[in-house]
Amino acid sequence: MNMDGGQALLKALEFEGVEVVFGYPGGAILPVYDSVIDAGLRHVLVRHEQGAGHMASGYAHATGKPGVVMVTSGPAATNIVTPLADAYLDSVPLVAITGQVPYGLIGTDAFQETDTTGITMSVTKHNYLVSDPNDIPQVVHEAFHIATHGRPGPVLIDLPKNITDAMNPDSAMTWKDPVAVDLPGFQPVLDGKPEDVAAAVELMLSATRPVIYAGGGILKSRAAEELRALAEKLNIPVVTTLMARGALPDSHELNLGMPGMHGNYTAIMAMQEADLLIALGSRFDDRVTGKLDSFAPDAKIVHVDIDPAELGKIRAADVAIRGDAKRVIAAMLDEIGSATAVDHGAWRSTLSGWQENYPLAYEDAEPGGKLKPQMVLERLRDLSPEDTIVASGVGQHQMWASQYWKFDHPYTWLNSGGLGTMGYSIPAAIGAKAGMPDRTVWAVDGDGCFQMTCQELITAAVERIPIKVALLNNSYLGMVRQWQEMFYDNRYSEVDLSGPVPDYIKLSEAMGCVAIRVEDPDEVEAAIERANAINDRPVVVEFVTESEENVYPMVPGGKSNSDVVVPPFQEKENAR
Amino acid sequence: MKRSTLASTHTLAVLVENKAGVLARVAGLFARRGFNIESLAVAPTDDRFSRITIVVDAESAPIDQIVKQLDKLINVVGITELSPGSAALREMVLVRLALPDANRVAEVEALVAGFSASVLNVEGGQMMISLSSHPEDLDDLLAQLQPFGIEELQRTGAIAIPRID
Repeated sequence: MNMDGGQALLKALEFEGVEVVFGYPGGAILPVYDSVIDAGLRHVLVRHEQGAGHMASGYAHATGKPGVVMVTSGPAATNIVTPLADAYLDSVPLVAITGQVPYGLIGTDAFQETDTTGITMSVTKHNYLVSDPNDIPQVVHEAFHIATHGRPGPVLIDLPKNITDAMNPDSAMTWKDPVAVDLPGFQPVLDGKPEDVAAAVELMLSATRPVIYAGGGILKSRAAEELRALAEKLNIPVVTTLMARGALPDSHELNLGMPGMHGNYTAIMAMQEADLLIALGSRFDDRVTGKLDSFAPDAKIVHVDIDPAELGKIRAADVAIRGDAKRVIAAMLDEIGSATAVDHGAWRSTLSGWQENYPLAYEDAEPGGKLKPQMVLERLRDLSPEDTIVASGVGQHQMWASQYWKFDHPYTWLNSGGLGTMGYSIPAAIGAKAGMPDRTVWAVDGDGCFQMTCQELITAAVERIPIKVALLNNSYLGMVRQWQEMFYDNRYSEVDLSGPVPDYIKLSEAMGCVAIRVEDPDEVEAAIERANAINDRPVVVEFVTESEENVYPMVPGGKSNSDVVVPPFQEKENAR
Repeated sequence: MKRSTLASTHTLAVLVENKAGVLARVAGLFARRGFNIESLAVAPTDDRFSRITIVVDAESAPIDQIVKQLDKLINVVGITELSPGSAALREMVLVRLALPDANRVAEVEALVAGFSASVLNVEGGQMMISLSSHPEDLDDLLAQLQPFGIEELQRTGAIAIPRID
């Protein structure tokens, strides 16, 4: 079939099963957008290209399908560098399509020319600059294959305008269905070596203080069932990292919750005191380990990862297994058979002692005081459907959301873990809602984050993607303020967002949202219930919260996890 | 910059797909991961593949991590880590000497002959010498030529493939 490269691109996306594209047109991608009109997929027109990238990410995480973002050359391509870097660090499968100046103009500093493949090389798993429109079906097929196989990640395809423009003879091509990919340099290994699996199981059966350190890889490999089966079979407690919240239900008795800089005391100390850490799809991130040379000093390490470069990168493993978490855990379960682990009774009672003495806790607001953000999140959690998808921005509200929500289902928690991208929540929530329209989707945002990407609420309103935003407004860049309070002698530098502008209610209403401001604790529940009942447009609930609330526990930057700081009131209670 | 001695380096023979931008991907990876390249030589082996020989500074990062990160590049097809004993290792150098004293030409020619190097030409008080040999032989030759006054030199960087057993 003869067509132009622009038509071929849309046909190729349809061939890959793409249902939604998040994008923004412009000069170099114009010919492709002509074909969007006739294509059998939904295009969501964003208000800033960065939003399109995070929407694609949110869509991918919530649905398990690769997200697609399409923008033009130059400034549009550079605007998606942040979401590409975000997706790269959090291993999210994305395919990004960028327009490029005509091939013959590349290198001449043409209008809206940037070296997009050069710029994005370090934040993508792979990228392509296509010169022949006949290559489009196969390149798109390879891009989806690479994005979704092995450790997932973003792949970018740069399309010069001359090969997509029907008015240019360079764009003429003959469609051929793609063939099976032939990538000799990309051969992910899925199954662990049986002898390594056996060695890991031997350690797991004999450890007296074991902890499963479950990371985002559990979710990427869709191994939540296997994780649960493994934990239950050997009665091994599990910590779920920021990227793995929901991989094991929070209500499960073996789930200790989130470890790391703002993890709970028990999860942090369990890792620290363990004699065996079973790292499944986790990467010993500095936010989890704290000061590395004092991290989990007595622990042997079993490390399972599909990316062999993670094995031994930060912490040497006693047993390193290259493989897909789902298949390796299944092999472990087979290997265990009817064997039983040594008794962990003493360990379990140590853990429950910590849980009793150091639960996640905050002090209730003084009568007449401002709302406590933790209380708001607890009410939101209790009043929303239990399979609600929560997308957060980055900062204090992110940590409180991860701490206080009860994640009982996988793929219900979206956040920017690796890159820490402020402004992630609103676009990510829109992407998730576009992919899962029947689910309730709440964006938990701070006032700093909200001002970075709130314009996407226009997208949500116009495209009828009715997300809900819980804006925790403490009038500060809260996490930075907390560090300035704790480590910079209360010298607050450039963190005051008290305004008096913007008026978040007027701003949200102007963007087509229902907007509700809550200042009184007695109004919290009614506002949430009202928001949950609205399904025809986006809703913003602004909760005016306590300004100087701190996130606890906290492992100060560069300190050992053993130096974890609990809330001052809890410290006093336990000292008595 | 002082050249590392061979003992503190690793030699990687890297087979890559012969595609646009591959060298930039490899060089970019080394830069962003903080791995130091001692030398790098690259040329196609056929239409589909090129071979890159990279000599890396073993002290900049664990070699295991360098190899694994390199292997993640989609266009990298295979990596062989070559120990000094297991590799056929060769490098070439071109040296231009300033030799205003014609009486010393014979002296340099004798020195060059001892290395099985070649004098390409002698002209207007300058002498052009080339040597293709083990990189350590190049080091030795250059050390001995130094007193005569090296005006310019270019080394290719080592190339290596596994030795025949």
